Amino acid sequence: MRAGGGGIVVRFTLNGREVEVTTRPNATLLDLLRNELKILSVRRGCETGECGMCTVLVDGLPVRSCLMLAPQVDGRSVTTVEGVGDPERLHPVQEAFVEAGAVQCGFCTPAMVLTAKALLDRDPNPDERTVKEAILGVLCRCTGYAKIVRAVRLAAERVAGGVRE
Amino acid sequence: MLPEFEYHRPASLEEAVRLLSELGPDAKVIAGGTDLVVKMRAGLVSPRHVVDLSRLTEIRFIRDEGDRLKIGAGTTLWEIENSREVARGVPVLREAVEEMASWHVKTTATIGGNLCNASPAADAAPPLMVHDATLVVVGPEGRREVPIGEFFTGPGQTVLGVGEILAEVVVPKMRRGQGAAFEKLTVREGALSIASAAALVEISGGRFVDARVALGAVAPTPIRALKVERALKGRPATREILRSASREAKADIKPITDVRGSREYREEMSVVLVRRALERAVERAGGAWA
Ligand SMILES: Cc1cc2nc3c(=O)[nH]c(=O)nc-3n(C[C@H](O)[C@H](O)[C@H](O)COP(=O)(O)OP(=O)(O)OC[C@H]3O[C@@H](n4cnc5c(N)ncnc54)[C@H](O)[C@@H]3O)c2cc1C
Ligand code: FES
Ligand code: FES
Repeated sequence: MRAGGGGIVVRFTLNGREVEVTTRPNATLLDLLRNELKILSVRRGCETGECGMCTVLVDGLPVRSCLMLAPQVDGRSVTTVEGVGDPERLHPVQEAFVEAGAVQCGFCTPAMVLTAKALLDRDPNPDERTVKEAILGVLCRCTGYAKIVRAVRLAAERVAGGVRE
Repeated sequence: MLPEFEYHRPASLEEAVRLLSELGPDAKVIAGGTDLVVKMRAGLVSPRHVVDLSRLTEIRFIRDEGDRLKIGAGTTLWEIENSREVARGVPVLREAVEEMASWHVKTTATIGGNLCNASPAADAAPPLMVHDATLVVVGPEGRREVPIGEFFTGPGQTVLGVGEILAEVVVPKMRRGQGAAFEKLTVREGALSIASAAALVEISGGRFVDARVALGAVAPTPIRALKVERALKGRPATREILRSASREAKADIKPITDVRGSREYREEMSVVLVRRALERAVERAGGAWA
């Protein structure tokens, strides 16, 4: 396939729904999600791969959406925090973040929640070191990380304890 | 938004090579984009055409072939970190990859991208150099093999010509009696190397029958430390010999001063990193100090 300066059609699954958007080939996945699809939980931070604010899950794994070209997600599955739980029924990770007080300004929270979910999906009982390694790619300017680590481990206990899917 | 370009997604390696030779020097390939997109945004490169290799399953594999491992250039660092074949056959590569970037970057970043970007600080290079890896390149002229020691020609420069793609990395596996280790100096976990060193030794009868050392971020390309190697080979495996050989590292390197560290600091730390890598390699080789 080939696409020039005009437009390019990208079809992918976004939070479980099929979407088809026309975008520019030089749009990043971050541009596509924020500008075209108005998903503002995906933050625009450094845009150089350093901060992790733009984290989304692609086929279940965390990626930097600022470094991925929009056409690269064609045919793949993208999850933003909107696809994790909902206001009436929070995901255990979200519940744990609230309970542990792991949210201050909230700028990093969508990226942290997605990272934690991706981690627990592959390792339901991570030790502290594993949690720290997983969130190392997401900068938080407020919390000092201690409460975030606690929240992820609390969520792990609940998920492992079969509290709720 | 990035500068404008045309996007191409070839369905096979063959199509990618054909496309690249048609498009000429104005085209760049993209794999994970974790180097390329950063450079495009900074205006350091502005290709008119971007050719996407990220879907080519043909170059995404890890195959165990007895005494060697074949790793497709499109294999992600995350796949390498989690590969049992790599952990067993080339543990020093796994060690280096573990210390690179973050999970979020490694899920898309590829080993081919790390090598072809040709940063002097490319962390996959020193481990592959001490393993004497061979790079398989495909291009309009067919297929050729390049020893990794001949691949890098300068910062950001390789022997790859127009239309050529790195397809796979062939790595001889560690043998019994060998041990290897990687050391990285950085400001914090997941950041680029200020300096790095990989060592692989083979000890028999209390002597270094083989010793290979490579360094990153201390010369225009990742390099082998041949003077260090010469000071070890054939000599008794003692801590004293190891220490004095490590000091030869200063004569092997050509560091510069940049935001991550000064020339002097890199010189001193290269000696320390080489010594530490060698000591751990010896211990892993069976710990047979003479
Ligand atoms: C936050 C962050 C942290 C990082 N930390 C580290 C680190 O600790 N250590 C380290 O070494 N690097 C690090 N990097 C750099 C980068 O992630 C790696 O070099 C990565 O392996 C590049 O792979 P890629 O697939 O993303 O390459 P891309 O960006 O897609 O490509 C890089 C270059 O190689 C070319 N290329 C790619 N594949 C091929 C191929 N098969 N054949 C020919 N040419 C090809 C491209 O045209 C481009 O010029 C970091 C980057 C970021 C953003
Ligand atoms: S905005 Fe993508 S890593 Fe900072
Ligand atoms: S809560 Fe403010 S950046 Fe993390």
